[in-house]
Amino acid sequence: MSVTLQSVPALRRGVRRQFDTARNAPVLMAPERVVMLDDIADAIIAECDGKRSAGEIATRLAARFSAPEADVLVDVLAFLEELSEASLVAL
Amino acid sequence: MSRVPPPLALMAELTHRCPLQCPYCSNPLEMLKAGQERDTAFWFGLIDEAAALGVLQIHFSGGEPTLRADLPRLIAHASMAGLYANLITSAVLLDEAKLRALADAGLGHVQISLQGADPENADRIGNYKGGHNKKLAIARLVPELGMSHTINAVVHRQNLHELPEMIDLALSLGADRLEIAHVQYHGWALRNRAALMPTRAQFEAANTLVEARRAELGARMRIDYVVPDYYADVPKTCMGGWGQKLLNVAPDGRVLPCHAAETIPGLVFDRVGEQPLREIWENGAAFETFRGTAWMQEPCASCALKEQDWGGCRCQALAITGDAAATDPVCALSPRHAEMNAMAAMEAEAGVQNFIYRRI
Repeated sequence: MSVTLQSVPALRRGVRRQFDTARNAPVLMAPERVVMLDDIADAIIAECDGKRSAGEIATRLAARFSAPEADVLVDVLAFLEELSEASLVAL
Repeated sequence: MSRVPPPLALMAELTHRCPLQCPYCSNPLEMLKAGQERDTAFWFGLIDEAAALGVLQIHFSGGEPTLRADLPRLIAHASMAGLYANLITSAVLLDEAKLRALADAGLGHVQISLQGADPENADRIGNYKGGHNKKLAIARLVPELGMSHTINAVVHRQNLHELPEMIDLALSLGADRLEIAHVQYHGWALRNRAALMPTRAQFEAANTLVEARRAELGARMRIDYVVPDYYADVPKTCMGGWGQKLLNVAPDGRVLPCHAAETIPGLVFDRVGEQPLREIWENGAAFETFRGTAWMQEPCASCALKEQDWGGCRCQALAITGDAAATDPVCALSPRHAEMNAMAAMEAEAGVQNFIYRRI
């Protein structure tokens, strides 16, 4: 399933966002998998609460980081697609 | 920053005891008895040390880890320490109350093994009457309790004809992920190789089926596929590289670079508690022996892929060539590769049916 503006992303069961103190970096923990995140990826994942749409997430992050919304939306959609394909996020 | 990056995962083999007797068990032929197992305080201490070292995931394994009455406490301790807890289980000893206690303790993921799709054949393979149907009852509860759910289908010559039904079964059980794992020939599986080795025709049919079902199912149920080494041409990146990602603690507290490492003669394993875990990981002799690329022979030493597959599996190199530092014979560049292929075909055609069951 492809991600759209209206998709409402949520972490799949057994997937958790966490801060790795040993490596001083945000990580996504999943069954038998660890995904190292950068700050932008972490900020997107933090917004995936199963209530907000991809469009709303982009609006919020654009405001928070004072970035053009169109650019942020492209990044958000691409990253959510990647997370969905990796079975980390349900849409 | 030290020279050796910290491990990501810890395999905690709590016990070698198991009610099942699968002939492909990855445990060593010489298993440890209950009296040699370590207590709760030992595992608490190890979990704390592992978390401080940078371990992020713990895999509770065995033997059958649910035989340990302290399993819920160990899971809770790991969760408190920030470790993601995975459970690798046969599920035959669980019931709803026990499973709920594990979920409440913070367990994130349950992996349940299946021996087949046909109850009679599955129970024959595990040598445990009624086991298959018990597994199904527990497997259905895992997603209901909010945990991620993997079905691990171990396949070989005597159950590959059931693979289409095994995939459907995993779907009907609500699995998030299905791992279809051809038997890896270490431990008991090596002893039973002639009874387990698939034919090339079976191997090719399985590949085609998996490819088709993957395309059809997509993210609905992810399928991970472990190919049988003896028919492969490219070695696996065993353990993500020796001493690079994972450490394994045996029931008696010895720290191993992989669960089969004790088959390699001459390796000396440190014990948790006698030295700091960080010291064992960074400088322990067993980890240093095959870490990196300095130990490699040709054709590995000059290979462009040596930092991708790290020379493949050391235990397999030993089992086939007699030399643990040789190139994994799975690799098409190994001088022993053709011999390995021929051995597989010959054993598969001979059609040995009887298993030597795993017993302590």
